[in-house]
This record gives sequence, C-alpha cells and structure tokens, in this order.
Amino acid sequence: MNGEEWQIIWFTAWVSAVSTIVILPFGLAVAWALARFTWPGKSIVETFISLPLVLPPVATGLILLKIFGRRGPVGSFLHDTLNLDVVFTWRGVLIALGVMSFPLLVRSARVAFEEVSPRLEQIARTLGANDPRVFVSITVPLALRGILGGMILSFARALGEFGATIMIAGNIPGQTSTLSLSIYQSVQLGHDSDAFRLLGISTVLAFLAVWASEWLMRRKRTFR
Amino acid sequence: MVDAPQADIQMSLVLKNISLPLSDFRLEVSAMIPSSAITVIFGPSGAGKTSLLDLVAGLRRPDCAFIELNGQVLTDTAHRVFVPTRRRDIGYVPQDLALFPHLSVRKNLLYGHKPGADERFAFDHIVELLEIRGLVERGIAQLSGGEKQRVALARALLASPRLLLLDEPLASLDMQLKTRIIPYLARIRDEFRIPMLYVTHDRFETSSLADEIIMLVGGRVVQSGPAKDAFREPG
Repeated sequence: MNGEEWQIIWFTAWVSAVSTIVILPFGLAVAWALARFTWPGKSIVETFISLPLVLPPVATGLILLKIFGRRGPVGSFLHDTLNLDVVFTWRGVLIALGVMSFPLLVRSARVAFEEVSPRLEQIARTLGANDPRVFVSITVPLALRGILGGMILSFARALGEFGATIMIAGNIPGQTSTLSLSIYQSVQLGHDSDAFRLLGISTVLAFLAVWASEWLMRRKRTFR
Repeated sequence: MVDAPQADIQMSLVLKNISLPLSDFRLEVSAMIPSSAITVIFGPSGAGKTSLLDLVAGLRRPDCAFIELNGQVLTDTAHRVFVPTRRRDIGYVPQDLALFPHLSVRKNLLYGHKPGADERFAFDHIVELLEIRGLVERGIAQLSGGEKQRVALARALLASPRLLLLDEPLASLDMQLKTRIIPYLARIRDEFRIPMLYVTHDRFETSSLADEIIMLVGGRVVQSGPAKDAFREPG
C-alpha cells in the first residue's frame, strides 16, 4: 500500500472514532430519556431519530448540505461568527458520519438503559445520591455493555458511510476522502486492484467492529 | 400506631389524607407512627403497602398527602411542598434488596455513608452489629440470602436515616434464616432508636417484630394499634 492509501485508512478510522465520541453524550442523553420517560409525541421523536436509518443516505446528505451550507441556517452562522466552513471539509465528513450513526448508538444504549432496574436508581437516591451521581455510578456502569456495543456499531457504520458524506463533503483527496469514497473513485477510474485492496481493509475493519459488538452484547453480564 | 397522638407516645411520622390511585383502588391512608418502634404494615398482597412506603420515601408523588417526619414537612400537596428523595434521610430496604451488583459489599455500604454524622452510624459499629465484617471485601454475587439481607440493612443504616422503611425484607428467606435475621432487626430498633415501617403479610414476622400494627386492605386502614391488642382482637 502507498502513503496515500495509508492516509485514507488513518483519516477514515480517525474521523469515525471522533464522530462516535462526539455523538456519545447526546446519544446517551436521548437514549436515557427514551428509556425512562414517557411524554406526548414520544413516538414522533423516536421516528425522527431513526430516520437516517431508512432515508436514502444521499437524501440525508442533501438535508445536511442545506443546513450546513454557507447559505444554510447553521452554516451561515458558523461562517459569519467563527469563520468556519463545513461543506467540503473534514468537518462535513464528521457531521455526516455522526448523523448517520446516531440512531445505532441510541438504539443500543436505550435497550441497555431499559435493562437497568429503576429500583436500583431509586434506592441510590434514598442513600442521598443526586441524579448525576445516580447516572454515573449506577445507570451507566450497569448499561456499559450495551453502550459500548452501540459505540462499536456506530463506529462500524461510520467506517462504511458513503452517500451522506459525498453530498456534504465531496471526495477531495487528502482532505475528505474516506475508504468508501476511495473505493468508489478507484472503480470509476478503472483501478480495480486499488479498489479491491481498500475493499479488503474495509471488510477487516467492519468485521472486527461488528464481531466486537456482538461479543459484547452476547457476553453474559457477570459480577464478582 | 394510633389514629390520634397519645400523650405518652412521641410521634415521629405523620401521614395525613394520603390519596393515590392504584390499578384497582385508591390508596387512602391517615396514620401516625411512633418513634423508637417497629410499626408493621400488615395486609394481603396488592393492598398498597409498597406504594405507601414509596410515598413516604418520595419515590412517588401522591394526588394528595401531608407527610411529616420529626416535625419536618416532607410532602404537602396543598402547599406544593415535596422534599426530594435524596434529602429525606429515609433508609429503604426493598423486597429485592436492590444491592448494587457491580459494586463490592464495601462500596455498597459506603455509597450513602455520612462519616462523622453520628457515632451510632459509624461504619465499624454497624459492621460489627450486623456481623458482616468478613463480607466487606466480597462481591454481591458471593453472598448468601441472609448475608445480602444484613448488608442491605447495614447500607441503609450507614446513611444515618431518621426513619427505616423495610418492604418484606425477609420474604425470600426460609423460616430458619428468618429466625436468624429477626434478632438483628430487634437489635437495630433497640440500638438506634429510629422508627421503622415494616411491610409484611407474614404473621410470624409480625408477631416477632411488631410494636404497632397497621392493617391495610384494599388501600385502606382497617385496623391499627399496639401489636398486643391487634393480635388479641378479632379482624
């Protein structure tokens, strides 16, 4: 493999990991709220969060392009106040990956939170713990397997993202090229051997991520 | 327990006009719980006993209630007073004990411990009293039923409670284990002089522990008074 391919692999792994970390606090907050509370319109919120799973990725990318473009509501604000551009930059890749993998994190974490007995949280409160302490010391440790599983799934989803990324970030070598975008470009240019080499690396990364997630989910929770 | 305070008995917990809708009926209770005594809430399953404890602990919000502990108003729906659970200083041992499975016995015990708050509630003292010194470095999964019971009691006591709520704490134990645990509960009552609300539908536990009895059926108090009178009178 040449230096450019290593750069693509490194960038893809890095941006996928960062997007997973960035969405983590939001994903946990949403998953916890969905697991613990009911409110009018909850099903609409659930559906909205799951939309990136079922919408064509390019459609999600188009929405992001409109929001984060220089004339979009968020993009114009970022450009005018912070002099930050999102479209056709690594930030665009980060946002696309985060949005596309968010539902997977929320789904896994929500199931994990639902499996934690509310009675344990209640008893922690009778022992003087406030809500943040209960969340950090009881809820999260008991839901950790599911949270980690969700993070790995999100990371794996981000590794393979294509449609939304190409819409908002394009495919700029050395700047926004990810593994999937590079495979597509190699095929387009007739560089089949390059494409298959990147395909092999993608497959290994995705296999390891999904296998780790399955292992975490299936592992029986044991306490000493 | 009496419906009106007696001159020679100090009341610690006052429950007035409690009203909470449950699945088949409405829980409606008024009662006064004396200090330094074990008050057994006795009644069949589904009578609203656990719901009553949850209201006292602040784990549920009633439609209507006035709850006062040692002169402090904890819940007063008429004046929109609701002290959060964590500030009530009420120990709660639920039926399933709710020991934190991912923490060691020591970490469970120290979770709500307030060091230096009151010498009666010192870690070493309670660990010795409940004879769990040899268990503190173990995991929860390594404990027997009776050991879990004592650890749960110790954890609640270490938070220096002003009131102890015990929800069928011996329900899962056989008779032999029950007879071993009951003296610990009597010891807690005598040593700490804090009122205890003890929920059960077991006559043996009631006759062994109760100083006062509230008989709860279908969400209503059908009989209440000193245990010796309640067992003597029909109904």
